[in-house]
Formats: sequence, C-alpha cells, structure tokens
Amino acid sequence: MMYKQKDSSESWDIVITPKTSLLSIDWKEIWRYRDLLQMFVRRDFVAQYKQTILGPLWFLIQPVFTAYTYFLVLNRMGNMPTDGLPPFLFYIAGLTIWNYFATCLTATSDTFISNAHIFGKVYFPRIIVPLSIVVSNLIKFGIQFLLLIFFIIYFDWKSPDFDFHWHVNILLFPIPVLLIGGFALSSGMLVSAMTTKYRDLRFLLAFGVQLLMYASAVIISPNSVPEKYATILKFNPIANIVEFFKATILNHQSIDWPAVIYSTAFLIVFLLISIIIFNKTEKTFMDTV
Amino acid sequence: MSDIAIKIEHLYKQYRLGVIGTGTLSHDLNRFFAKLMGKDDPYAKVGEVNDRTQKSTSKYVWALQDINLEVKQGEVLGIIGKNGAGKSTLLKILSKVTAPTKGSIKAKGRIASLLEVGTGFHPELTGRENIFLNGAILGMTKAEIKAKLDEIVAFAGIEKYVDTPVKRYSSGMKVRLGFAIAAHLEPEILVVDEVLAVGDAEFQKKAIGKMQDVSKNDGRTVLFVSHNMASIEALCNYSIVMNNGCLEFNGKTSEAIDYYLKTNFESTPIKHYTNKGNEHITLHSISVNKNSKAIYIGDELEFEVTFELKRTTKTRFDISLQLLNEKNVVVATVSTAFCNYEIKNISEKKQTIVFRLQNTWLNEGYYSVIFRLVENRANRAVYRGDDVLTFEIKQKVVQEYIKTNGILRPNVIVEEK
Repeated sequence: MMYKQKDSSESWDIVITPKTSLLSIDWKEIWRYRDLLQMFVRRDFVAQYKQTILGPLWFLIQPVFTAYTYFLVLNRMGNMPTDGLPPFLFYIAGLTIWNYFATCLTATSDTFISNAHIFGKVYFPRIIVPLSIVVSNLIKFGIQFLLLIFFIIYFDWKSPDFDFHWHVNILLFPIPVLLIGGFALSSGMLVSAMTTKYRDLRFLLAFGVQLLMYASAVIISPNSVPEKYATILKFNPIANIVEFFKATILNHQSIDWPAVIYSTAFLIVFLLISIIIFNKTEKTFMDTV
Repeated sequence: MSDIAIKIEHLYKQYRLGVIGTGTLSHDLNRFFAKLMGKDDPYAKVGEVNDRTQKSTSKYVWALQDINLEVKQGEVLGIIGKNGAGKSTLLKILSKVTAPTKGSIKAKGRIASLLEVGTGFHPELTGRENIFLNGAILGMTKAEIKAKLDEIVAFAGIEKYVDTPVKRYSSGMKVRLGFAIAAHLEPEILVVDEVLAVGDAEFQKKAIGKMQDVSKNDGRTVLFVSHNMASIEALCNYSIVMNNGCLEFNGKTSEAIDYYLKTNFESTPIKHYTNKGNEHITLHSISVNKNSKAIYIGDELEFEVTFELKRTTKTRFDISLQLLNEKNVVVATVSTAFCNYEIKNISEKKQTIVFRLQNTWLNEGYYSVIFRLVENRANRAVYRGDDVLTFEIKQKVVQEYIKTNGILRPNVIVEEK
C-alpha cells in the first residue's frame, strides 16, 4: 500500500500507541489543562451548595456537631483522656484534619466510575479529577481550619486547663496538611483504578475509612492506649500525621520527627505506586468499567 | 513535511465479550505470567472476525482489524458503516478515550471530539458556567473561552438563558449549547459522531454550515460519522466504509455510498408480517409490484397493503405511505386522505388496498417505505412502521453504468428546434 513514506522526517504532535512506559506522566499536558483543574474545583465547590439555604455554613456545622458528639460519648460517658487538652478542642482538631483526609479519599476513589460518562467521550489527563478533588477540599479544610483557630482562641481565653503558647512549630502546620492530602490522593487513585475492574474494593472502602479513624489518633490519643496497641499506631503513617498536625497547631506536645520522616518516606513510595497503576488504568478503563 | 494530518497504521482493538466477573482475575493472571515469561498475550490472537450475528468461539473479539488510513489536512472524511462496524471504536481511539490493542495513530495538532455534545454539563451550574466548564473539558483555556463567549451564546441561540441553570434547559437547548461550544473549539482535527441527528432543521443547517466553514476556510480536518447519507454527501469529499471492524472501501464519497448500499441494502419487494402493529392496527403484508421480477425507472408502482383495524370509532382512519430514498430523503407521500378513498371502518377484518403511483420517474436506487395510520385527518400518526418495505429501482437498459444525480430520472426527449 501507500504507507512507505519516510516517517522520520515528519513531526507528529500526537502519537497514540498501546503501551507507554510505567512512569510517563506528561507534566506539560497537565499544566496545559490547569484551567480545567480550576473549573472542576469551582464546580465542586459551587454546585455542592446550590439550592441550600445555609450554603457553605454546612462546612462549619458538620465538625462542631461531630466533635460535640464525641465529647459527650467518649469523654463524658467513656472517660477517655484527651492529652490534657480541653476534650472538645482535642476532638475538633483531630476531626479537622481527618475530615480532609476522609472526604478526599472517598471522593477520589470514585474518580473513574462516577466520571465514566465524561471519560468515555473526551480525553483530558485523568489525574486532573483527583487533583481537583484534593484542591477543592482544601478550600473546605481552610474554612474548618479557621473554625479551629476560633476555638483555640476561645479555649485559651475561657478554659483554665488550656493555655496557648506561641512556638515557631506552629508555622509548620501546612506540612501535615500536604502530607495527608498526598495520602488521600494516592490511596484514592489506587482504589479508583482498581475498582474499575473489581468493584469489591468499594465495599471495603465504605466501612474501612470509618474503622481507620479509630486507628489514626483522631479521637483516641495514642498516649492513652495500652502498649501493644500503641505500636500499631506508631506504624500507621496517617496516625503519625494527625499527631504531627495536632502538635504543630496546639503545641501541647513536641513533634515526633522520626515518625514524620517515616510517614513522608511511606507517602513517596505509595504515591509512586498509585500513579503507575492509575496511569495504566487510564488508558483502557473505558473497556472494563 | 507532507500535508497528511492523520496517519493510522495497522490499528487493532480487542474487546472482551461477556461480563467481567470472577473469571477476569484468572485471565489477568494468565496474561501476567505470559508477560513474565516473555510470551505473547495468550488472549490476543488475531483472526476472529467481528460479526455480531454469529456466535463467537472465542471470548475476545476484534472491534478493529488492521486499519490503515491517511487523512489529508483540510479534508472532511466521512465514515460509513452499519451499527457495530467499528466506527465509534475508531473515533474513540482517535480521541484518546481508549487505547488501541496494537498499531498506532499519528496526528498533527489538537484532536477534539464531538462524540456526544454536552458531555460534562453540570445541571446545577448556569449556562455561562457550563460554557467555561465544558470548554475546559474539551481542552480550551479560560482566555480562549472568554474571547468566544458571546459568539458561542449567539450561535446556540440561548441569550436569554445564559444565567439559568442548565437543568432548566430544554433538551434541544442543551444540544445546541454543546455543539456551539465544540464548534468554536478550533482544534486542528475535529471528530464528529452523529451530532446532527438532534436539533431542529434550522439548527442542523447551521451545524452543517459551520462544519463546512471549519474545513474550507480554516483548513481543518474533520472526521464525520453519520448514518444519514445525505449529510455525508453534503459534507465529505472522501469517505471510508467499515464493516465488521475492517476498512472495506476508501474513496470518493459517492462511490463509497454506492458500495455501502450495494453491500448492505436488501431488496425485499414483498413482506409478510406476523406480528406488526399496535392496539390500533395490525399490518399483515405489504408489497410493491409483486408480480414483476424487477422494477425499472418509469414503471408504475403498485403498493398493495393488507391490514386489519383493531378498533372502530366514529372517526375516519387513513393509511399513508412515505417513500424514502437511500439518503433518507422523503421523495413522496401517498395517503388515502387525498385520494377520495375511505377505508372501511370495521374492526377485526382483513382489508387490502392498492396504491397505484403513475408516472413516478424515480431515479434508480434503493427505496424504503414508512407505513402510517392516521386518525381523523390529523397530522399525528397513531401507528408508524419504519422500513416496512425496501425495494430497488433499476435502469431498464444498462448500456454503460451511468448513474445520474438527482431524485428523478424523467424520460427526456431532446430535439432540434
């Protein structure tokens, strides 16, 4: 046939082939689609509270009520210690960062299945969707973080057993937020890539997230659990990050740096693996979803 | 540099038949071990032809087989084929929605697809917000969209509703908006799949005009899939015909359409039905010129219809037949309503009527018939049967094969004056 032309002299902008190398991420392409990321963030944020009266106020109501419930059940009725902090403050600090992780994880883990109708029609770098979820929830986290600061000031002023001491460590608080966002992104991407073919993981995730909260130092202080369980908590990178976050912002204990380094290393490996799997799935998931 | 915009080489796509369930894991593992040992994929054997009417022996099927194609820049290429011929799979691979199993596609410039317009509209967001969202999904930057916002809104004709949530739009408005966004995308290569089937006549005209504009004035390449031969013919200079995952014909559009119709159109001038109809009517049989072997240009057409009314009312019933040519253009409508014939208003009794069409002079080609039952001289049909009959009109004397253009082929006498 007539396809024996010199191919090397031609420059093609797009080459579509079955296989790519494992780690080929087209960063340039992702950057080109940055406006899409922004639009997705806007959509997630705006659309969520359309036709509600209270609107974004729900961001504040949720954590306050949840923290108060834990305060009543665990502290008042169960007498669980809270690291010497006012119980309500202890719970709301843990919940603020945990909520960010949990909502990101559940939303990103649905990436492929809930966007199948779009993914089946147009191409854009799929990673934009989980990224946009992590970013749009960051806004939500920001609002809840302001609430947390409000309560820190309030308890500093009102409560006799809490005195806020300024320390330079407080400025480190964005690090645990980024780390936990990274964990939510990578585990969400991993789950979403795997659920395209095997839906089993969705069931596991639904209650897995709830159970993980108890093992992540969110509402139970690792200092108050028996020795043999405490080692489990030590190896849970999420628990380490939650502790790290509390240590920076509340400044009630010193930062456990080895644990932080361990969690960061864990995250880097984990992120690499999930990007590889996500990328592999992205190319053919339409045939299996 | 040549002026080739898209180059497809030895493209294959394999799909798995049946459901994905517990068995998939074992296949995945087999595949993994074969890869580990350096063997070929055990499930990727070439050979199975994708004919969906035949029961398959293998669990995998080739939706595309060895597609080779070059498309020149600025060309509008039509893609013709039956349902399941692989047209959409090809477009899906082109728009990077799914990856091929083997082979490659190379292209110059941005590829944008109009596989189904309005993809990714968020019902809660307003028209304006959705233009930005949808445009970004299709690969436009915010600045590009901003520059074209007014043009898009005007093209879609939704000025009044820009700030209304899309969930309050009519379906036609959504489609128009979706097409308008995509049409203003300005990619180098545009992939279009059956979008013109929706929208009213005015919008269809606008859409076809826009697509012609895009290819002629801006030198962009368009790939166009449609079942409507008339719009393929209007838009495309060259077309390909696909069948069972293979590219069967590549050439001028008129020849491609001929090839497609010849291989896919069945002429059945007598049709008996056992279970056709609804609560108003049963259609038993329909035929055209049932006593002649072939129908030639200029022949009187004699349609015989046998039917049975299911219920009687005081209103009048009329039977109408619509003749469509191969491009789905209605060439004639005949009805008892304008022929001074009243069909007997009795139920549960077979009646046969004959329509004689004199001096038709329809051009050679393939025709299909739509059967309709109309109540009370209204415009609305209470029953409609599409393609109840298909037949071919031939040239009487075929000295050399010349097919004239046009719907009619009148008998012409030329003389000196």
